[in-house]
Amino acid sequence: MTLNALTIAEARAGLRRGDFTAAELTAACLEATAAAGALNAFVHVAGERARAMAAAADARLAAGPAPSLCGIPLGIKDLYCTEGVPSQAASRILAGFRPPYESTVTRQLWQAGAVMLGKLNMDEFAMGSSNETSCYGPAVNPWRRQGDSAPLTPGGSSGGSAAAVAAGLCLGATGTDTGGSIRQPAAFTGIVGLKPTYGRCSRWGIVAFASSLDQAGPMARTVRDAAILLAAMAGPDPFDSTSADIPVPDFEAALTGDIRGSRIGIPREYRMPGMPAAIERLWAEGAAMLRAAGATVVDISLPHTRFALPAYYVIAPAEASSNLARYDGVRYGHRARLGAGDGIVEMYEKTRAEGFGPEVRRRVMLGTYVLSAGFYDAYYNRARKVRTLIRRDFETVFAAGIDAILTPATPSAAFPLGAMEKADPVEMYLNDVFTVTVNLAGLPAIAVPAGLDGDGLPLGLQLIGQPWQEAALLNHADVLESAAGFVSRPAKWW
Amino acid sequence: MAIDIDTARKVAGLARIRVEEAALPGLAAELSRILAFMEELNAVDVAGVEPMVSVTPMRLRRRADVVTDGDCQGPVLANAPEAAEGFFAVPRVVE
Repeated sequence: MTLNALTIAEARAGLRRGDFTAAELTAACLEATAAAGALNAFVHVAGERARAMAAAADARLAAGPAPSLCGIPLGIKDLYCTEGVPSQAASRILAGFRPPYESTVTRQLWQAGAVMLGKLNMDEFAMGSSNETSCYGPAVNPWRRQGDSAPLTPGGSSGGSAAAVAAGLCLGATGTDTGGSIRQPAAFTGIVGLKPTYGRCSRWGIVAFASSLDQAGPMARTVRDAAILLAAMAGPDPFDSTSADIPVPDFEAALTGDIRGSRIGIPREYRMPGMPAAIERLWAEGAAMLRAAGATVVDISLPHTRFALPAYYVIAPAEASSNLARYDGVRYGHRARLGAGDGIVEMYEKTRAEGFGPEVRRRVMLGTYVLSAGFYDAYYNRARKVRTLIRRDFETVFAAGIDAILTPATPSAAFPLGAMEKADPVEMYLNDVFTVTVNLAGLPAIAVPAGLDGDGLPLGLQLIGQPWQEAALLNHADVLESAAGFVSRPAKWW
Repeated sequence: MAIDIDTARKVAGLARIRVEEAALPGLAAELSRILAFMEELNAVDVAGVEPMVSVTPMRLRRRADVVTDGDCQGPVLANAPEAAEGFFAVPRVVE
């Protein structure tokens, strides 16, 4: 087995046994990355820096006990600010931006000894579900339908992270999830993706999309690897007042494999008309696996589910329109070339028209509209009230003794790049139908690969946990992962 | 509610995004379709429901009212498209 295909847990053991060095591990990943240009997953490779970090990790490992992530090569979503390394949220408007600071989450990863390989492709400002809004062009899914070479989307917005982890370019990656941006791409590429409870990870230094929904999280090849990554990413941060001041448990120690007596809810509102049979079957199989492991599976109701998407598409653009007001061509990034007589308003308007892609422009204008005088109550305030009801749905079932909720992760398997080109924007938004409720309620949720569809493409199941109960959630996910026995990897074509 | 061309023009102006006159009808139609989707929210009875303002009920942390950062003009200006004499430079604002 090549080093870059190891799990984080395997690499951790191998490094400590002296089977290989962090330098060798990093070299294997850089080599795999250089040979995977067709996936367009990495958009800025930091080879020299990676080799220096790996050398430092080897010295640290030789000196004595080191954290789990010491010497583990990771990819970082382009949304994270990394000091001196281009960080442009896949947008033209941040072309050339090199942050003079490091995001809290990545700083914690480097302190734990992890190695940064480079920055990963994504949808522009994390707005998209197919990676096609990226200014770098889309990342490509390493998976293909059997007997078909049509390129598929790796999902979005963390599409580059998903493609890189699935293809073995890195051992793990960071993602962010505002409406499903970790879980949907994880499901589309047969990997594990965890969105923690809102406030578990600091948002400081991560380019903001919708501040009340955004949350950083790990993407990895196994549940255990996700637990290892989360431990290093999580924790309170004085730079983010919404990061929660509560202790970070030992997530890995929680993976006992014992979920006897646990109560799993199956929400009837997630049974969508027109859902592919393979997904419906997988969902039932997942419930049977948890039951076989000693859990009780019960039907539950989350009555406001169908209003989650419209509420999300009011709240997220509203927050985005405010957050993205900072891109004005004054302090960083792109500034439009001005004509004779152009003043500062022309500078703003031309800069933003040139710098933002169509989906970002659309959402900023939509958000501006729903926040404008006369419409604030009709749209934005109403959406926030519906959000209260959606959270209350979850609180009600948790109070009734439900430990975790099992749902499909996505309404379909990965679709071909370009398939949604002519579609209405709302059709693309429907990708988030199973994931977006969790962001609105601030809950933790994880996508676990659980099977293949008739075309040989991976499908994922989602487990939703109680607030701050990532440890228990990971334990359930670990049981599901073991029972499903998903070991398929994409056949290498790139 | 459908967005007309005048409203689309106004929204683009408020968002400080230049939209050419010829593109306004398309923009208005597109925004109208998305708003129609949002109007599903009108079917929810929200009487007496408080809007959600904080994802996790928590009290914001406070800290001592002291200067903790600063004196970093160089890094602040390092990414500016145009800087002069220690300031961000923009087109003339005041005549």
